[in-house]
Amino acid sequence: MSLEILRAGLQTTIQDLGRFGVAHLGISASGASDNLAMRIGNLIVGNPENTTAIEMTLTGDKVLFHSNAFIALAGSKFKIDLDEKPFPFWSGTYISAGQVLTIGPTLKGARCYLCVRGGLQVKKIINSASTHLTSRMGGLNGSILKKGDRIAFGNLDKVIQPINNMENYPYTDTTTIRVTKGLQWDWFDNQNRKLFFQKAYQVSTLSNRMGLRLSGESILSSKANEIITEGMPLGAIQIPGNGQPILSFVEHQTTGGYPKLANVISADLYKVGQLKSGDNFKFQLIDFPEAEKARLEQENYILSLKAHCI
Amino acid sequence: MALNHTPQFILASDRSILVKFGHEISEEIHRRVFAFTDFVLTNRIKSVVNIHPAYSSVLFTLDLNADLNEILYLIKKSWETSAQTELPDSRHVEIPVLYGDGFGEDMNRVSQHTGLNKSEIIQSHEGGSYKVYFTGFSPGFPYIGGMDPSLSTPRLTTPRKQVPAGTIGIAAEQTGIYPLSSPGGWNLIGQTPIKIFDWHNPTDLRLRMGDSIKFISITKKEFDQLKENVT
Repeated sequence: MSLEILRAGLQTTIQDLGRFGVAHLGISASGASDNLAMRIGNLIVGNPENTTAIEMTLTGDKVLFHSNAFIALAGSKFKIDLDEKPFPFWSGTYISAGQVLTIGPTLKGARCYLCVRGGLQVKKIINSASTHLTSRMGGLNGSILKKGDRIAFGNLDKVIQPINNMENYPYTDTTTIRVTKGLQWDWFDNQNRKLFFQKAYQVSTLSNRMGLRLSGESILSSKANEIITEGMPLGAIQIPGNGQPILSFVEHQTTGGYPKLANVISADLYKVGQLKSGDNFKFQLIDFPEAEKARLEQENYILSLKAHCI
Repeated sequence: MALNHTPQFILASDRSILVKFGHEISEEIHRRVFAFTDFVLTNRIKSVVNIHPAYSSVLFTLDLNADLNEILYLIKKSWETSAQTELPDSRHVEIPVLYGDGFGEDMNRVSQHTGLNKSEIIQSHEGGSYKVYFTGFSPGFPYIGGMDPSLSTPRLTTPRKQVPAGTIGIAAEQTGIYPLSSPGGWNLIGQTPIKIFDWHNPTDLRLRMGDSIKFISITKKEFDQLKENVT
């Protein structure tokens, strides 16, 4: 069973939920940018959450199915049709061999996911199929998918009951991103902290899976522009010398030398995966117990979906 | 264990905890970071998905189901146990380097900044005793300490678009090796024919945290004989 890329999207990659356990070798986790959408997409077709799927960015692919398949699209809505007929998002749908799914430009956020029942059959490196583009590792030859790429699927024997009708998929409001205090919060005075939260930041065109460069109010450290290099958490908001924040994302460098003012909470990281250049959003500061609460709510939501699967 | 040796345990995000051993780069702090890192890599803590050692700290990142306070407690426990254990053995690694000879594009620049001639630069660089403080940043990248300060040369103002894997360079007070070809602003002085990072064997690093390094100057003929297929 396989599918074939007839026309490649802008930046389509093979992803799962990431490659872990090797940050001490300088290899960051990578994985789906909108991890929540991928987890749900997999559950919809009856896959375990961490099943290999396809991530499409801004413009999707034209995909020919060489075999029957049961698939779901999750994440931001993109223009889509199956043999020129409408095709749903957030819904498990049967595809017949020979049918062509055409996924065009996004209608809202940056990314959508194509999940196939049984998962994609891609060679794993260190227990993960995730593509790490910056390191040219994982996925198909560490690269974005190209016209003519053929990917086998459906080899997974641990499939579960799919969710047939999913009514309330998560609404992604990316205008507010919640953060907790970062490791160098104390390096910034009240005036600079206030500036950071006051106005919206815009995602610049120099953004990718490694990090999002933001433009807006310049933030100045009252101490120094560089720290002694230390470990970098996912979602760290670093403030380099020019004062324009950089948000570390899934392919981030494992260590870094800029002071970190804040850090995106884990429950909002999926929103970052939907931000595209030109989008405006504000940061909102919350404390650690609130972040913990948000995470548990999200995990309980996933658990409630799983309850439908059994 | 003296009380002032107890590190700080700091929440870095709602999914990560930083264990901080000090505020400076020193051999003494490195030894403590290395001993702790070695311990937690061998005695894995459940729900810790990644460990990021650096000069004076170790960052732990957690999976989505871990209870932050429970993991904080387990990390503290790990540190207490690790503080009783012996420092892991340091490996000694020799890195053959062909200095200059088509690979030292910035030898003249280093010469201008340091006032040393080419053979003095090679002699000084080769004569140093180096230590890998940690690997991080990008795959297999070793943070190397120990270069003679007289070799310090500022980074290029405009980085090169592509520097080949195995290139030896000087960036301010540091020397280093590019494990993979990448853009870079270092002053290039030589090239090693051996693979520092191998995609086919990513977990088996040629240079690891805690290693002592010696650079060995080689000839072009030796370089060609040793040349491994670096990708």
